[in-house]
Parts: sequence; structure tokens; C-alpha cells
Amino acid sequence: MDMKPVHIKRRSTEESASFDRRIIDYIQNAAAHGLYEIRGLGAKRHVPHFDDLLFLAGSMSRYPLEGYREKCVTKTILGTRFAKKPIELDIPITIAGMSFGALSANVKEALGRAATEMGTSTTTGDGGMTQEERGSSKTLVYQCLPSRYGFNPDDLRKADAIEVVIGQGAKPGGGGMLLGQKVNPRVAKMRTLPEGVDQRSACRHPDWTGPDDLAIKIQELREMTDWEKPIYVKVGATRTFNDVKLAVHSGADVVVVDGMQGGTAATQTCFIEHVGIPTLAAVRQAVDALEDLDMKGKVQLIVSGGIRTGADVAKALAMGADAVAIGQGVLFALGCNSETYIRDEQHYSALDAYDALGTAPGFCHHCHTGKCPVGVTTQDAELEQRLQPMVGARRVRNYLKTLNMELTTIARACGKQNVHHLEREDLVSLTVEAAAMSGIPLAGTNWVPGR
Amino acid sequence: MERVSFDLAKTPLREVNTYLHQQLVADDHRHVEVLNPDGAHNIAVGLDQPVTVEIHGHAGYYAGGMNKKATVVVHGSVGTGVAENMMSGKVHVKGFASNGAGATAHGGLLVIEGDAGLRCGISLKGGNIVVGGSVGSFSAFMAQAGRMVICGNAGDALGDSLYEAVIYIRGEPKSLGADARFEPMTDADYTAVGELLREAGLDHDPKTFKRIASARSLYHWNADANQEY
Repeated sequence: MDMKPVHIKRRSTEESASFDRRIIDYIQNAAAHGLYEIRGLGAKRHVPHFDDLLFLAGSMSRYPLEGYREKCVTKTILGTRFAKKPIELDIPITIAGMSFGALSANVKEALGRAATEMGTSTTTGDGGMTQEERGSSKTLVYQCLPSRYGFNPDDLRKADAIEVVIGQGAKPGGGGMLLGQKVNPRVAKMRTLPEGVDQRSACRHPDWTGPDDLAIKIQELREMTDWEKPIYVKVGATRTFNDVKLAVHSGADVVVVDGMQGGTAATQTCFIEHVGIPTLAAVRQAVDALEDLDMKGKVQLIVSGGIRTGADVAKALAMGADAVAIGQGVLFALGCNSETYIRDEQHYSALDAYDALGTAPGFCHHCHTGKCPVGVTTQDAELEQRLQPMVGARRVRNYLKTLNMELTTIARACGKQNVHHLEREDLVSLTVEAAAMSGIPLAGTNWVPGR
Repeated sequence: MERVSFDLAKTPLREVNTYLHQQLVADDHRHVEVLNPDGAHNIAVGLDQPVTVEIHGHAGYYAGGMNKKATVVVHGSVGTGVAENMMSGKVHVKGFASNGAGATAHGGLLVIEGDAGLRCGISLKGGNIVVGGSVGSFSAFMAQAGRMVICGNAGDALGDSLYEAVIYIRGEPKSLGADARFEPMTDADYTAVGELLREAGLDHDPKTFKRIASARSLYHWNADANQEY
């Protein structure tokens, strides 16, 4: 009998932890193009978040409220410090600043309609105020950004509040970006730019440097509007404790803190994934800063960056926020990353459009291309028809309504007649990291790392 | 046309600005004098009527900020951000200006008879600026539209990342910024400089000015631009 040795062919498949397939793909992409990747939406990496907190509801030691019977107030007032006309909202859930340019005019209208129906505010973005959004929004916050695209005193006077944007959670320290495909004639005209230019904008304001200057700038905005409108200062979450203190020093009525999970229409991926701190850590630092200055309740705090659910809203409020702002959540409500788009009550497949972008529903982050398969983040005359304002408005309204119902459900279970009565005592942390970042003890213990 | 006068040593600024916004035209006052400004910030911001405001002394930040239609004359020097985001009208500074003069102005004419500091005309969006003296570094940074006439010299990186704004300079810039370049003057350029100088009340020969505009090489992302972005 022939006794030849058997050679079993062995395939080596050990993947490197440092150089896994994702990193190899990144390196080879860099080698092919010589330019960093730009994309939309927010951080994809896992970071400690509100999911790592849990509520302690009523039981024997605390008394819950009857879920469907007893009143639970959601009314929210912002801008009580200096403004003659503070903002009054029916719910503590607002729509974050997103530009016309990043979003279509249809979407801006849909957001305005939804916000108005829900008694909350929506916000302009880096590109000025459109008639569509002013017309459809009862309460509109007007952003003053470093680029000042489309910024003008008439729109400033039409606004209900003013938000001075220092930074954004997705890219603290970075300027705006809008790639040429989205700079169509209307966008170009509003921004005073050549059509089709790859727009990159400044990261610092052109006419002030530092908090002492900002104090004068805020005074200018107040003088401009005869001290009527609340002035918000928005910061991307980094050195949040100090930044919030300086925002208060500068005279802000409201501070907006945007964590690293916050979205963007177009930014370098290295920025999105590697700059800034998680929203969870930022909320605690912001609240600490306000308490340190004895300004809690005098200067309101809006938190944004990865707020998705009613539970997230409840946790942000319990940690000390007065309201939240949602960007990406409302985009998903509009149909972002959905397999279909809706026209005249019918669903149509958008899969070809995802395929053309080299992606699929659930993974798409191609806002920067302007080729949004569902017509949300586009300036393309055909694609934008995929999102009809009335359809979008209904979906966003439903989403906000759901969040508000979830928020009050949790608040009642915790025994609160007012969602603003939620407090840190109502929360525990699920992980050591979350306990350290939030300052909320690990569940079942009274332990906060570092204390 | 009656004149009305405010003394900032006696009247709070807020009252003056509120008057300028709400009461001025109703009272049919078209000429307002502001006395003793003493470097106060935000004087005559947000005007929206064809009136003249004369400030007798030095003003602080944002003098004539976001001006529309009005003429603001400062008989003195101004701080940061004079006429920032001006939409139309005219702001005329008889003295010197600090940083960010005329920043993001969409329209109107800003005249500075003396020198201007850093970042003069930054992110200009269609306004015109005439500087009788020199300007500091990074002037016309990312300027998008409009014209800047500099009768003296400029600091470093003049016109960095320019879009469609055009700079005319009589002296020399210490250096040009990324994507800015000298271009030949055309008859239209000479006419434009002549008109702006006349409106500013400055007497120079347009033939002595040079044109700086964008080479437009940074309008689209490209891998060979290295760190220029």
C-alpha cells in the first residue's frame, strides 16, 4: 500500500487587531486617492451613551404617578436670563440646526411644519434662512455661524431666538463643508459662492476672538434686536466644563452642548470619529459648570448629539438638561436609510440609488454627495421630489410625539408631575465607564469611580 | 430735516440704538449726532433707514454693524468689526480701524481713511472697502465677492483662499495667501478703482493700483493641493 503523507492545505485567517480589514481598506483608500475621506452623519464607533444609564422608578420608597391619568407637564421655557421674549415650547424636544444646502427646501419645510404642530422650535443652519422654513415654523432659531453665509439683519429680526455657533459635536474646531454637487444655483446665491464649488468655510468667527469678544458680539446681537430675543451659544463637546462657563460669562441665555455623536452633512471621517467627547460626559460637565456658577435654572442647557429615543430625552433631562435638540433622529424619521421613499401614499424602492452610492439601507452616510436615495440630504431637482413636505412633516411629528409620550411615561413612573423634575437621583449607571463619565453611581452600589 | 443729538455720557447706549431703530423716522429726524462715544461698543448697529449718524469721537467694536441704507460717519477711530455684515449704505471712518473691519459685508461701502488691522474684509460677501492707509495680515481671507481698495500696503497672506472678491492695492503686500495671484488691470478695473476712490473722497491715480484675484485652483478638492486647504 502506498503510504504517501497527506498534506492538509491550511488557510491562515488570523486577522490583525491593529490592521484589521477596516484599517487595511482605509489605508488602501488613502493610497489610491491622496485625500481624506469625507462623509455625513455622526460617529459610528461605540462610546458610552445614555443606553448605559437606567431609571429607578417608583416603588415602595417612591410613589409613581398613574400613567394615563395624572398630569405630567412638558412645557419648557428657554432664554429667561436677559431676553424680553423667552421661548416657550410645549415639549423639551427641539429640532437641531441643519442647513438649507445640506437639506432640501422640502425637508426644511417639513421640519418647520412638524415642529409647529408639536409646539417646538426648529433651527436654521450654515446657509441662511429660507422662506420655506420661516413660513412653516412658529418658533425658529437663527444661527450665527463663522461663515455667515446668507446672514443678514432682516432675517435676524425675523427670528425668535439667535444661536451663536462656536462648534458642532461632529467636528469641534472644524469649519463647514458642502461639496460641489450640492451647491446648486439657489444654494450658491444664498451663500454668495460660485455654483458647484467645493465649499469649505472658516472654523472661527470673522469678527471676534475669545470669550471677552464674544460678550461684545452678543451685546451687538441684543442691541440689533432691542434685547428681545434669547441668545443661545452652541459648543461642540470638548472641554465642556470650561466652555460652558465661558459661554455663561459671555452672556448667553441658553447654552447648547453637542456631543461627539452629533451629525454633520459633510466632514472628514477622522474628525467625526476622533474629535470631541461623548454626549454623556458632556452633559455632566455642562451641568457641573452651571451649578458651579450658581446658574442652573437661570441659564438653560440644551443637549444634543445622539438623542434618539424618549428614554434618551428623559435621561438627558434627569442629568440636568432643560431640553434636547435632535438632528439625525429626525432625518431617520424622514426616511434616511429606509429602503423605500413615499410618494402619494405609495412606497417606491430606493435600492438602486443606494447601490449607485456603493452602499445599502442601514449603512448609508453619503449626505455629502447630495445623492440621497430618499431625497432628504440633496439639492438634486429629481431626488428632492422623493420627500414631500407633508409626508415628511407627518413622520417627524409622529416621531416627536412618540418621544414625548415615552418621556412622560418614564417621568410618571418616577413620580414626576413635570418632566423637568427628573433628577440624577432617578438614575443609575450600567457600566463603570458610564458611572465615571456621568457621575451617576453604578447600579446597586453608591460607587462613582474617582470619588 | 431736523437734527437730534445724543450724549453717550448721559444717555445709555441701549436707548440710543432703540431710538435709531424705532423712533427716528417717525420723528422725521434724518441726522443724528452721537457725542462722547468714549469707545463704546455697538454704536448705531442695525440701522435700517436712509439717515446719517455722526459719531464724534472714538467708537469700540462693531460700530455701524449690519448697517442697511444709513450713512455712519465716525470722527475718530474704531475697534474690531466696524460695519461687519453691512448690507448697504456707507460707513466712513476718519481715523483708524482695528481687526476684522468690514467682515462679511454683503453690500455698501466702508471707508477707512487711516490704516486697518488684521483680517480687514474677511469673508467679504459683496461689499466694497476702501482703505486710505495699509491693512494687516490675512486681509480679505476667504473673501467671496465685492472689492477692496488698499491705498497703502498689506501684511502677510493677502487674499488667502479668495473666492470671487477682487483686491486692488497701490503698495505691496508682504505676501500673498494661498490661491491669490496678481492679474493684469483692465479698463474696467481702472474705472472701478476710480469710482471707489471718488466715493471715498481719496485722491489717487487708479493707474497706480494692481489687481489681486483668485487663481481658483482650490475651488475643487484635489490631492495635489497638499496642505493649502
